[in-house]
Amino acid sequence: MAAILPYEYKYLRAKKKFPHVWCPGCGIGIVMGSIIRAVDSLGWNKNDVMLVSGIGCTSRMPVYLDFNTLHTMHGRALAFATGVKLANPELRVIAVMGDGDALAIGGNHIIHAARRNIDITSIIVNNFNYGMTGGQHSPTTPVNAITSTSPHGMIEPDFDTCALLSAAGASFVARATVYHVVEMDGLIRQALEKKGFSVVEALSPCPTNFGRANRLGDAVKMMEGLRDNSVTAVKAAGMTPEELAGKIVRGVLSEREAPEYTELYRGLCARVQGARAEVAP
Amino acid sequence: MIPWGETRLVQGNEAIALGALASGVRFFGGYPITPSTEVAEILARKLPEVDGVFIQMEDEIASISSVMGASLAGARAMTATSGPGFSLMQEGLGYGCLAEIPFVLVNVMRAGPSTGLPTQVSQGDVMQARWGTHGDHPVIALCPAGVRECFDMTIRAFNLSEEFRTPVLLLSDEVIGHMRERVTFPRREDVRILDRPIPQTPKEWYEHYHPTPSNVSPMASYGSGYRFHVTGLTHDRQGFPTRRIDEVVEKMARLKNKIVRRLDELIEVKTHNVEKSRVVIFAYGSVYRSALAAQVMLEKKHKKVGVFRPVTLWPFPDREVKELLDEKDVIIVPELNQGQLIHEVERLTSDCVRILPVQRVDGYAITPEQIVQAALEVM
Repeated sequence: MAAILPYEYKYLRAKKKFPHVWCPGCGIGIVMGSIIRAVDSLGWNKNDVMLVSGIGCTSRMPVYLDFNTLHTMHGRALAFATGVKLANPELRVIAVMGDGDALAIGGNHIIHAARRNIDITSIIVNNFNYGMTGGQHSPTTPVNAITSTSPHGMIEPDFDTCALLSAAGASFVARATVYHVVEMDGLIRQALEKKGFSVVEALSPCPTNFGRANRLGDAVKMMEGLRDNSVTAVKAAGMTPEELAGKIVRGVLSEREAPEYTELYRGLCARVQGARAEVAP
Repeated sequence: MIPWGETRLVQGNEAIALGALASGVRFFGGYPITPSTEVAEILARKLPEVDGVFIQMEDEIASISSVMGASLAGARAMTATSGPGFSLMQEGLGYGCLAEIPFVLVNVMRAGPSTGLPTQVSQGDVMQARWGTHGDHPVIALCPAGVRECFDMTIRAFNLSEEFRTPVLLLSDEVIGHMRERVTFPRREDVRILDRPIPQTPKEWYEHYHPTPSNVSPMASYGSGYRFHVTGLTHDRQGFPTRRIDEVVEKMARLKNKIVRRLDELIEVKTHNVEKSRVVIFAYGSVYRSALAAQVMLEKKHKKVGVFRPVTLWPFPDREVKELLDEKDVIIVPELNQGQLIHEVERLTSDCVRILPVQRVDGYAITPEQIVQAALEVM
């Protein structure tokens, strides 16, 4: 935590907007710290950074950060972000969303943003439930988990967020946990640097709702769970499916080079204008 | 790109696309839906020629969201839709009203509810335009009745949206959208294009919702060096969420007052022989054309009727209706719905005025003969 202090007055709307809304033991603030450190390490000007969010605990993040910030409608962060990016491609656009925001109500937008491969970095903070509304199940709630809307146990299978978005066309897909902070700093930095649609799924405890409902212990215990139940992608490559069962795989999960949408669009404009110039004398 | 000063045969939706280009539109985010699709198709062809962006989004919710993102980044932005698409855009419309984002939303009305009669004519969305999004909010809606008007009114819609920093609705209908007419375009020098007010304050003093006498705050764009926060939460002058009663009341009052204190600039009505007639037809959109034809047919039968047309549907021309129609014997209100603006007319006129509905919801236009028949019954 000490590492955030030098950045406090540079990147936080420290005097205006704190204290924040997040519960004690929540991991969203850790993700916010990682975003700050990643942006700082890249030396980006605050004026060039555009932070967009939807609705939910994670989506409260933009109000605390001194970038260009846009807190939109539930699920619509990427649709707004697409408009911003196309209208001003110079902006470095980051979308922060929770699991429900990104994958349930915003599921349509995220697969199409990935398909277009538009140069936006999506940070999905996955705490396995809807925290802000009191702990209902989300598309990432594990089977059998108890939430306030699956009181008898979740019977729906969950999304593998990273596999979904990799298949949809994202250029860069990684998974991090808020326990492995230094690793997350690096993954977010890699995602920010990557041209095209990049995704970091950040697993985070929700001790207030998900943890309590499933008797997972306090925030420290849940953090230890992230530590004990996860392996790096490198290590996972050498493990059998049986050994990997129930494990969270961290690190870069897929990366590819593909044409980026705003560049393709600029190319299209040039082509259309060139064709017209040839016709006109 | 715009046939300034020339005469052409043009379709209503095409005129909207040309009006948008004349206004300097630089972003269109949309989703295909008849009978509005021509607007998207024409802009898909033309916008790349001027380095503007056309994007077909994954649905109407994404469309209106992308339009608001683009507008906040400084682009003149619009979308066009119909029927179910307009319903899907309602939450976004409310966001645009609260966050005070300029953009134009064209709704080429078709018959509903639900998928309804794709894609026959209707005026079923007039009240949805006013009250469709949740919460209490102001709205501006204009209603064209001809192809040249589609061109002019799109320009006016952009001007109002930028000047008032709010979404503006253009409520066309299927008949107007698909009708072709001979249009003589204005000369470029006769068209006025207005831009949003730009902040003059130093960046560190900037407030995205700074109070002004007009209630419209100067607006910076993302990426301009002014860093600001925009949210759908009720917010203070800087744009940060607030629950403080004084700040909430100030915000809500400003949203209302920026519209209702400038009605003279917003309200437009057209009247034909209203003052000299005891019987007046109140009509808008494509129905207004039938009303004008009915007026001529009745005149041949030596029956004098007036025609009153609200061009601005919202805010509703309360004062004009009260002043011009409250003393009449009969007001005939033909509408392509089961009674929407007729209730506004009733609200503003005394009980002695007979209000006669002529309504049609079968997907076909109201004919002049229908209006004539109704008039003859009471004259």
